[in-house]
Amino acid sequence: MDEIRESLLKTSIATKKERIGKTLSISALLLIAIVVVSIFYFVASKGLATFFVDKINFWDFMTGKTWNPSVNGANGKPETGALPMIVGSFLITVLSAIIATPFAIGTAVFMTEISPKYGAKILQPVTELLVGIPSVVYGFIGLTVVVPFIRNIFGGSGFGILSGTIVLFVMILPTVTSMTVDTLRSVPQYYRESALAIGATRWQAIYKVILRAATPGILTAVVFGMARAFGEALAVQMVVGNAAIMPGNLISPAATLTSVLTMGIGNTVMGSMQNDVLWTLALILLLMSLVFNIIIRLIGKKGELK
Amino acid sequence: MSAKTSNKVATIVLYTIASLVILLLAALLGFILIDGVPHLSWHFLTSPAKAFQAGGGIGVQLFNSFYLLILTMVISLPIALGAGIYLNEYAKQNWFTAVIRTAIEILSSLPSVVVGLFGFLLFVVQFKLGFSVLSGAIALTLFNLPLLTRSVEGSLKSIPDLQREAGAALGLSKWETVGHVILPAAVPSIVTGVVLSAGRVFGEAAALIYTAGQSAPALNFGNWNPFDITSPLNPLRPAETLAVHIWKINSEGIMPDAAAVSAGASAVLVIAVLIFNLLARWLGKVLFKRLTAAR
Repeated sequence: MDEIRESLLKTSIATKKERIGKTLSISALLLIAIVVVSIFYFVASKGLATFFVDKINFWDFMTGKTWNPSVNGANGKPETGALPMIVGSFLITVLSAIIATPFAIGTAVFMTEISPKYGAKILQPVTELLVGIPSVVYGFIGLTVVVPFIRNIFGGSGFGILSGTIVLFVMILPTVTSMTVDTLRSVPQYYRESALAIGATRWQAIYKVILRAATPGILTAVVFGMARAFGEALAVQMVVGNAAIMPGNLISPAATLTSVLTMGIGNTVMGSMQNDVLWTLALILLLMSLVFNIIIRLIGKKGELK
Repeated sequence: MSAKTSNKVATIVLYTIASLVILLLAALLGFILIDGVPHLSWHFLTSPAKAFQAGGGIGVQLFNSFYLLILTMVISLPIALGAGIYLNEYAKQNWFTAVIRTAIEILSSLPSVVVGLFGFLLFVVQFKLGFSVLSGAIALTLFNLPLLTRSVEGSLKSIPDLQREAGAALGLSKWETVGHVILPAAVPSIVTGVVLSAGRVFGEAAALIYTAGQSAPALNFGNWNPFDITSPLNPLRPAETLAVHIWKINSEGIMPDAAAVSAGASAVLVIAVLIFNLLARWLGKVLFKRLTAAR
């Protein structure tokens, strides 16, 4: 009698396995969360050291125009003006997104509305392949094709914001296009049918109905492309010229947050002020990617179909 | 302009844009392949790189890239599987799940250079792993995890609830249902996701320059003892990958034939991505046929 009683009351093997499995899977999930928190903690603690340990004024850092951390400026403090890189990063990001958006939308509309057959057969696989091409390859092509091209047309060295913009434009184009295609495909078919049924031409249906319905998704795609452009390091670093001065025009050497980071972190000593200011740049990058994330969320919330 | 004319104009404009983009993309791919493929030879793919002379190869870098890829997948797949299973099978719709989902989304949108720097700070400096294959693999794991998790979760989500109900009706616990019914059914699309993410990992460079390092010491391919410094399997040796190699020889500029080597290496990277893409489709199809009743 007791044996039966026992076997009924104690936890079965299946239950034990269930508990172990659940614990394992949730710990994997928690691990990811811990990683995210620790990335923020470590980068922030390093990046904020600039202001709290090295006593560099926050506004001087964000608005100063000369970047030369190992030299003391006129006021006796190190020259740590990060504005040139911040401006460089934003310029390249915004410009490449502005150029890429019409091309991406045009191509996506062509793929879904005008010629779905060619779209699915040729453009789709090619864009998918291009999304996967490593960024150093884009950088290398920028170096061997775009930079000499700019040099021949505008003179100068060819390195600069313009070259960076062109490289990033080509790099984010496939990403933005394929995300836009997904959005356009998710517009219900009856939207098209009803537009055509009330006598709209194909263009009117596209412009007045389909693109309107897809606007939140397209905006998300563009912001996503911008986030990618903002965080891209090596491809930009290879063509931008890496001169941390305020960009006076689009074809003189400039620098971005990522390019200064990749060049500098190996040449400075951990814990020194010259190193801390680089971590502050990394912190700015981190916070900006958070901002892009929030923008995407806001767009998603506003654009929800009610 | 009448509606009909504007329709025509718009159609022409759209055709122009699409053909421009096709031309651009074709030129891009064509340039990489036409410029690079002539440099490929057995010698180029297998011999070690030379820093100051022409005629070096990419053998060590190619091996490093694959080794890092495998190590990254070994670390990240179990974690992504666990996380994906929890998110899709166990997680309830509450603030906790929402916070975790946000964290994953944030991780996936972080610039890879920031992930690399974090890996540098924590693993290379703090844990004293040095510039090593292991540090690199962990950094790549961090970079790979969110995408892989999302792809696993998506694969599990596509399995109809009927299967879960059938498992429950047979008296299986949730974990048993997942292990014996849901996971096997999801294997084809999980594999597709894994192979696609492998393509991404293979070409990543920014996260690696300060974790796996920028030097590729000569390897002795006869020595398979993982604790020996010249052994290809040693996880604590620095390992420059193919993508890092392209970046490095172009920004340092001391290699006389840097352009030719990078052209060849770029072609190898692109061909590898192409293979990963095709493999993903093919494996997905084959496994789907093998593991399900679909004909």
